[in-house]
Amino acid sequence: MNKIVIENLSLQYSDGTESLRNVSMEIPANAITVLFGPAGGGKSTLLRCLNRLNDLADVEVVDGKVIIDGENILDPKTDVIALRRKVGMVFARPVVLPMSIRANLTYGLELAGEKRRSKLDEAVERSLKLAAIWDEVKDRLDDPAIALSGGQQQRLCLARALALQPEIILLDEPTSGLDPLSTGKVEAALQELKKDYTIILVPHSVQQAGRTADYAAFFLQGELVEYGEGSVIFTAPKDKRTEDYITGRFG
Amino acid sequence: MEKSLNWREFVITRAIKASGYSAIVFVLLIFVFLMREGLPALGEVEAGNLLSIRWYPIEEMFGILPLITGSIIVTIGAALIAVPFGIGTAVFISEIAPRWVREILKPLVELLGGLPSVVLGFLGILVLSPFLRVFLDLPTGLTAFTGSLLLGGIAVPTVVSVAEDALDAVPRAYREGAWALGATRWQTIWRVTLPAARSGVLTAVMLGIGRAIGETMTVMMVTGNAPVLALKLGSLFSPVRTMTATIAAEMGEVANGSTHYHVLFFIGIVLFLISLGVNIAASSVVFRAKKRAERILS
Ligand SMILES: Nc1ncnc2c1ncn2[C@@H]1O[C@H](COP(=O)(O)OP(=O)(O)O)[C@@H](O)[C@H]1O
Ligand SMILES: [Mg+2]
Repeated sequence: MNKIVIENLSLQYSDGTESLRNVSMEIPANAITVLFGPAGGGKSTLLRCLNRLNDLADVEVVDGKVIIDGENILDPKTDVIALRRKVGMVFARPVVLPMSIRANLTYGLELAGEKRRSKLDEAVERSLKLAAIWDEVKDRLDDPAIALSGGQQQRLCLARALALQPEIILLDEPTSGLDPLSTGKVEAALQELKKDYTIILVPHSVQQAGRTADYAAFFLQGELVEYGEGSVIFTAPKDKRTEDYITGRFG
Repeated sequence: MEKSLNWREFVITRAIKASGYSAIVFVLLIFVFLMREGLPALGEVEAGNLLSIRWYPIEEMFGILPLITGSIIVTIGAALIAVPFGIGTAVFISEIAPRWVREILKPLVELLGGLPSVVLGFLGILVLSPFLRVFLDLPTGLTAFTGSLLLGGIAVPTVVSVAEDALDAVPRAYREGAWALGATRWQTIWRVTLPAARSGVLTAVMLGIGRAIGETMTVMMVTGNAPVLALKLGSLFSPVRTMTATIAAEMGEVANGSTHYHVLFFIGIVLFLISLGVNIAASSVVFRAKKRAERILS
């Protein structure tokens, strides 16, 4: 079942950079889809189209369609706030908000109008468990979130996105600043999560791409070069450029 | 080569050190001078007189309370205007305005900040005070309120430019983090950006208030200069006289070394202590915020 269908998506920033060129792909639910390739390929740009975060950047032209659950979310009539609740995002550098651990988690829900203490507490526990960090922080939920280690902060950010009960989770190089141990924890959490969510991950290395991908898409300078099952892409890529990148001949 | 570099290094370090220390020395000298000229007032004038509500130096009545309340009421009025308006403008410039508006507004604000206050006082006398007199149906347009409005206007550019810098320094990632959680632009400003810039915004407020307390020219021109105890809300709409205006207006005319002269310096000491208090309060707030951040980050 395809959760997201991208049709002929092109995007150009106002300084003239053409960051996505005619990208079409179908992203299935309950799987980890990996977008990989050298820097500047348009991976982040594509992610930021899926929750319309690019609305706030200097974008000149967006062309094509992004269809989530049958609706084109690039349509100006889309309720962007509701969309961002449905499509959660985790960034490369963990962005903990300047508040307590608990407040970081309940922030999104409170914005959405949830006031009941029981619901909020429930969401805190559920999302922290999903992000595999509950045991580490359960006794200090009221401490400032910024006191956590980098790896914990990143899992907190994941938990924060999960607290809103999204259907899709976007992760943009979520482990680029983390040690191998924390990276392993995040990857393990994602493997658990994919049973219930649609996960789109920009990995920070080809190795991570290989480890995590159910499906993989190789991006080069705004172009989708090759897209298919991870097991195929990483063992028998069809395109020479994909093969060169995977084998480390460039990038 | 090596040698001349060392030598230059030596001279530059010394020069920087010397200017640093001389700043401290100058402040100390000013302080000593202020004390020497002002403290004798305590011996020459009884405490009862000094703390009375009549300022009438010719009759040897040196009640400084009306001057203190005059300064306070004008400053509070100015702060009430400058703080919301200044922070609002800063938020608008840094968070809401499209880029071309920002590029016009920022230099404009700096330009306003550079306007000599006597020019504003002039506008106050010629335009604002007649307008207020008619509009609010007052016996005179030269009131504490007029002074507050103008002082607020003088403080706004300071508040705006310092607060705007603070908001600008908040990492874009914070805003994106909030947006990605479904926060509206306004919710992001209120719950994330402003709290993150808190210490800078507080500094902006304190600097703005400091600017308002110390201002002389404008208040002298537009507040009516009546040394009347200002305690009621209505006092806002009647003439008052501030400490700075009193010193500026009377210092030129007193006999050197007279009681009046010493009392004027004593007012200077009071003013100095008040600004010192505001500054210490401001920096301790900022310092505490910093300390907390350091503790949390370590
Ligand atoms: N806000 C922006 N304004 C202008 N150009 C941008 C912006 N964000 C990204 N770009 C450009 O778009 C291209 C793709 O960037 P990005 O999507 O970040 O690639 P990736 O995540 O694959 O490294 C790059 O050439 C980058 O310079
Ligand atoms: Mg990127």
